[in-house]
Amino acid sequence: MSDQAMKLRGRVAVALSDNVDTDVIYPGRYLNITDREKTAEHLFELAYPEIRAALQPGDIILGGKNFGCGSSREQATAAVKFSGVGAVVAKSFARIFFRNSINLGLPVVTAPAVEARAGDELEIDLLAGKIVNLTTGVVFGAAPLDPRAVELLEAGGLIPYLKVRSQKAEVRSQKAEGRRRNEGAGDEI
Amino acid sequence: MAMTLAEKILARASGREAVVPDQVVVARVDLALSHENADLVRKSFQEIGVARVWDPGKIVIILDHRVPAESEKTATTHQAIREFVRQQGIRHFYDVGRGGICHQVLAENGHVQPGMVVVGTDSHTTTHGAFGAFAAGIGATEMAGVWTEGELWFKTPATMRIEVDGEFAPWISAKDLILYIIGQLGADGADYRAVEFDGPAIRRLSVASRMVLANLSMEMGAKVAFTPVEEIAPDAGARYERVIRIDASREVAEPQIACPHAVDNVKPLSALGNVPVEQAVLGSCTNGRLEDFEIAARILGGRRIHERTRLIVIPASQRIYLEAMRLGYIQTMVEAGAMVNPPGCGPCVGVHQGILAAGEACVSSTNRNFLGRMGSKDSMVYLASPAVVAASAVAGRIAHPAEVTA
Repeated sequence: MSDQAMKLRGRVAVALSDNVDTDVIYPGRYLNITDREKTAEHLFELAYPEIRAALQPGDIILGGKNFGCGSSREQATAAVKFSGVGAVVAKSFARIFFRNSINLGLPVVTAPAVEARAGDELEIDLLAGKIVNLTTGVVFGAAPLDPRAVELLEAGGLIPYLKVRSQKAEVRSQKAEGRRRNEGAGDEI
Repeated sequence: MAMTLAEKILARASGREAVVPDQVVVARVDLALSHENADLVRKSFQEIGVARVWDPGKIVIILDHRVPAESEKTATTHQAIREFVRQQGIRHFYDVGRGGICHQVLAENGHVQPGMVVVGTDSHTTTHGAFGAFAAGIGATEMAGVWTEGELWFKTPATMRIEVDGEFAPWISAKDLILYIIGQLGADGADYRAVEFDGPAIRRLSVASRMVLANLSMEMGAKVAFTPVEEIAPDAGARYERVIRIDASREVAEPQIACPHAVDNVKPLSALGNVPVEQAVLGSCTNGRLEDFEIAARILGGRRIHERTRLIVIPASQRIYLEAMRLGYIQTMVEAGAMVNPPGCGPCVGVHQGILAAGEACVSSTNRNFLGRMGSKDSMVYLASPAVVAASAVAGRIAHPAEVTA
């Protein structure tokens, strides 16, 4: 993936307060849903049911401090991602939600000073750590992503990343096996 | 170089002499814990396409969130996990009726040793810092990566040290202390940090009480939390980002209550006023242990719970259940009008036995009071110590144990 692909643009669908927790993002009662796409049906269901209806593909969710605090439930991240959200921008993230997002290939951007309202258009450069609010013209700094996180996002998440890695490992071990066989065959001659 | 506990353990697990905060390392995982979400992990693992898990002896699976199965969907999930366990030869599997809540069972069965790196697909995995382990919660897909490769990347956390002195007043427990700390520091007060608890008041606490501190540190964002153990200690001169000193006698003089709908919305009991409760819950990975039942039985003995209130008691494990029966705590609580649920997470996560209706309030010894956590989005959960839960069940409203037992 090119550097260009680490740039995103989208509309802020909703601006939320501090400490939006995982039970608010995805209620515990639906934890037995393990089909990732289906989790999207219950995004913010108890607290803000109106958000889901208003979401457009590529929209940005804006959070306050400690976004995604609470449970380790990956369904919270899946529900956001499979609702078509392009990125979550927040003043800070709870650590498990942050890691889950990178692992599922959902861009998460930490921007302590970011200011935007619902409806504003944002342009985000994940590598440079920069957010431009195109509506207000104000530029905000964001924490640049760790190279490992960039690698995972570029791969589309941890599963595709490890799939490629385990296949490479498989090919390597097959080649090594092949060499051993060839050498063995040589001995007999 | 002098290192904190978190730094020491990560350095060893990543094969380095030393690590410093913010340094990213790949650490070898010693123990990988999952519950029902092992099914989600299994799916991700199978998508990766590797035939065998990295080490079937280092994976522990404990069913606890919906035990026994409350629906056909859950029964099918449990079945899929059992099949995977068999197929992969996973050695440590605790089925329905053989274990209890994952964190209690892991501890009881000696799976956790000081200095280990433990990851769990449950946020309260921080509990195992009470045994000197670097223990952190992770998501299901990340766990599939651990099952594949046996290692994980970590950003070395900065460490915050919390030193507690003073005596606990009668009826005051570790739960009140940690709720007080969360109230002071906020829900993000320890985000991404390691927390080291120490000081005379901490060293006097039982293991069960130390587990309460490590467990609830998650609710202020901690990545890992430690209470002191003999086998491994931070180096003298280790660098702390922040040192907090607390005098328990003065600062935690009365029971602390986390009010709806945030764990950091903490008030001293006297500031609450009259809060009637329809339900009281005594259990969870936070407070479902023997000492919690002992104090509850002391308050409930010879009394009846209020007609307005239902009291649900959930032993954290089969072993605790048996011991609490042997000691008569279960008998005392049932005689007072309590209902006993099977060992497991119960209604804490809002999916099993003890769900709240709209307009109901619950006082609970559990760990989260988020909106809709225990049922209706129009219900209210107040987090408190086991003593306050028992006293409130008797009073029919949130009450001080001293008032009920007077």
